[in-house]
Amino acid sequence: MSRYLIRRLLIAIPSLLGISVVLFTVLALAPGDPFGELATNPAIPPEVQAALRAKFGMDDPIMMRYLHWLTAMLHGDWGFSFVSRVDVDTLILQRLPTTLAVIGASQVLALLIALPVGVYAATRPYSIFDQVASTFALIGFSLPTFFTGIVLILVFSVSLNWLPFVFRADLAATGLQWWWEEIRQSIMPVAVLGLFQGATWTRFVRSAVLDVIRLDYVTTARSKGLPERGVVLKHIVRNALIPVVTLIALQMPIVFGGAIVTEQIFRIPGIGSLLISAIQANDTPVIMAVTFVFACLVILFNLIADLLYGWLDPRISYR
Amino acid sequence: MNEHDLRGLIEDVRHGKLSRRAFTRTMIGLGLTAPLATQMLAYSGVAVAAEPFAYKPTKAGGGGALKVLWWQAPTLLNPHFAVGTKDQDASRLFYEPLAGWDQDGNLVPVLAAQIPTVENGGLAEDGSSVTWKLKQGVKWHDGQPFTADDCVFNWEYSSDPATAAVTIGSYKDVKVSKVDDHTIRVDFPKPTPFWADAFVGAFGMIIPKHQFEPYKGAKSREAPANVAPVGTGPYLFADFKPGDVVHGKLNPNYHMPNRPYFDTIEMKGGGDAVSAARAVLQTGEYDFAWNMQVEDEILKRLEASGKGSVVILLAGSIEHIQLNNTDPWHEVDGERSSIKTKHPYLSDPAVRNAFNLLVDRASVHKFIYGRTGDDSANFVVAPEKFASKNTSYEFNVDKAIKLLDDAGWKPGADGVREKNGVKLHAVYQTSINAPRQKTQEIVKQACQKAGISIEIKSVTASVFFSSDVANLDTYPHFACDLQMYTTTMQQPDPGQFMRQFLSEELASKANKFQGRNIVRWQNADYDKLWAESDKELNTVKRAAMLIALNDMVIKNVVVIPVVTRPSVVAIAKNLHAPLSGWDTNTYGLQDWYRDA
Repeated sequence: MSRYLIRRLLIAIPSLLGISVVLFTVLALAPGDPFGELATNPAIPPEVQAALRAKFGMDDPIMMRYLHWLTAMLHGDWGFSFVSRVDVDTLILQRLPTTLAVIGASQVLALLIALPVGVYAATRPYSIFDQVASTFALIGFSLPTFFTGIVLILVFSVSLNWLPFVFRADLAATGLQWWWEEIRQSIMPVAVLGLFQGATWTRFVRSAVLDVIRLDYVTTARSKGLPERGVVLKHIVRNALIPVVTLIALQMPIVFGGAIVTEQIFRIPGIGSLLISAIQANDTPVIMAVTFVFACLVILFNLIADLLYGWLDPRISYR
Repeated sequence: MNEHDLRGLIEDVRHGKLSRRAFTRTMIGLGLTAPLATQMLAYSGVAVAAEPFAYKPTKAGGGGALKVLWWQAPTLLNPHFAVGTKDQDASRLFYEPLAGWDQDGNLVPVLAAQIPTVENGGLAEDGSSVTWKLKQGVKWHDGQPFTADDCVFNWEYSSDPATAAVTIGSYKDVKVSKVDDHTIRVDFPKPTPFWADAFVGAFGMIIPKHQFEPYKGAKSREAPANVAPVGTGPYLFADFKPGDVVHGKLNPNYHMPNRPYFDTIEMKGGGDAVSAARAVLQTGEYDFAWNMQVEDEILKRLEASGKGSVVILLAGSIEHIQLNNTDPWHEVDGERSSIKTKHPYLSDPAVRNAFNLLVDRASVHKFIYGRTGDDSANFVVAPEKFASKNTSYEFNVDKAIKLLDDAGWKPGADGVREKNGVKLHAVYQTSINAPRQKTQEIVKQACQKAGISIEIKSVTASVFFSSDVANLDTYPHFACDLQMYTTTMQQPDPGQFMRQFLSEELASKANKFQGRNIVRWQNADYDKLWAESDKELNTVKRAAMLIALNDMVIKNVVVIPVVTRPSVVAIAKNLHAPLSGWDTNTYGLQDWYRDA
């Protein structure tokens, strides 16, 4: 087990290096300039732009810039934002709580929908419930979040005026009032993301459970006269969960990465909106840091998923 | 319009035959700015007191929270590094200049005790210096007194190239010295007609010496106050999340009485322009939204909800088409559009004039921009009285056809005109932006009728407006025949703006395309007149020169102005706020109040 872990961690190092090289090259080759706005303003002399470029080392060759970035990263220095002139880790840490709360809540919501609905639908395939659930799931994951988000805004903010559509990370209120306002402003984004994710997962859970439910040992368990509830929970769901766990574990990095589109629509100051504004402003250090952290998380959660298999199914062994 | 005509107009204002506002509009129509128009009146002895804003509240505070929405979020709060208007506006919550510009182009004192004039001894007769008296008893947010030392420090800080401040243009050529604790003198290297640059307006905000002194020059980015400002403004800094939100709270020691009205201010950023307009005009969630780059039709629909209204502020941004003077299709010394070449057909004045006749500005204004783009101002049409004397525009396909026929451009087999083997085929580029693509179509259709074939090209804005030396698609490379974008003249003085047609400013590979003269036009007369205008101290004479410069650009069809782009904001019905297109959006923030 521990040898397996060490081997996996060692393999991760070259992959991360490879990812960082690719990311850095793509960003260096991409057009755009963080100080482009200075160029169109006749009141700002061109030397300012040249001085800024020199100051932030943007005129060095790509190789040198990459090596600088890599050594700094190894020292735990994530870089310095061209646009905001603060350390990148400060920017990311400022936004992490909001992203974790909103995206985390939506994933929990998705799970709360997907598990019971999927399992129940699979135990009664082609019943009315199953048909309805499948139809809604199909609709749910066919509608893109930018569409549902705007529809919700139009209905609940503009027409009914019940919910605010500008998300504020630091509400002035305290105590119960704070919770009330927090919930009010979170309902729409959480619902948009959660229902979309839930729809996808429902179909997945249903098919995973259907695969297991027909196996012989389930029939055996039933014929032994075990109560249906026990059969479903202990025999079916536990085994059906293995592929579901993979899916969810691979989804976890997204909880940290934020939801770019939804965050933009509701003005949620999360990692996703940080990434998109950094891309628009060509703020390379921020883009690098966010995407690289994202890559690390993907690798980490892949490993966690693999380890969880062993716990769920002892037949799987690590070598 | 010459000096004589200008004097006549000024007399009309003096005798009340022409309103000040109409005069200002006329001047803007001639390519000048509101501040310059006001200076002309002041110079000619026409009384120009800024109308004070009717501020009603009788005590500071009690106004609750003010919530404003900038759909591009502020990213930094040091005015010397403020790249776009969003950062300048946000910095202005906490920092103040000596004086600001109101919408009519008046200088309004903020940290200055008075506006310098020749009469009060502030302005030197020979234009070599200006002396500012500072307001007494002003305190920084941390309790330290604001003095002349702070002003001198700002000059040192900004003019140090190692600081890499964007304000360096306003400070690098002047010398600032302390006269006494509350008086400074700004010395100019040569007689300078436009003296209200350093310490004034968007680039003039003053940062405290005691906070920033250790961080001058190369260490400028390490200053903790870069993200936690200590200023003199109406609101104290509370909290800042770059790219998201800025919070401020009432400054109890503010230097203007009974101000500010609001207890807290929240400047939220992010999202898009349409939903920002919606939050103010339709749901009323926010009180003010900045830069409404939204189609006028949508704005009108949102306004119908009655929660707020759109305010359009005349400013000097112009959407214009540039005509290349050099050959973009042949490389000379590894450079396209090299200044050593001549454009194959745009060097013929007849073709240039034909293009000028083929741009249907009225339709562009009416069908695309609406209230957010006016065809009747800035370098386009002077008011009726002077239209004949100056440049005017006309949309006339037949006239264009006749012009081309007479000049020997005959239609070929494919209907495209040609002469000596040169075809009138033009590549017309702009950035990707819906109104711009629609404008391209309007121009293309008219040109096709006249036998000019147009190939439309759209480049992503991030590429088009970048300064990437290696990328041919950026606007300074100008590797095509025509291109269109908006150029900004929010600077209160047009002198800087007119630099972009000087021969010394030619954009070329040698200067990494950083020269401002993108059209690569060279004209010795223009250069000479500009140099004269740069040292002419008689404001009226200088204005006449600037108008003449502007006329040269238009008569030679160096550029074709399409529409002016005013600054457009959305504001809640019950909010009263002085706004100006010549300064930051928040220049009058201390006066903002709400009907109880």
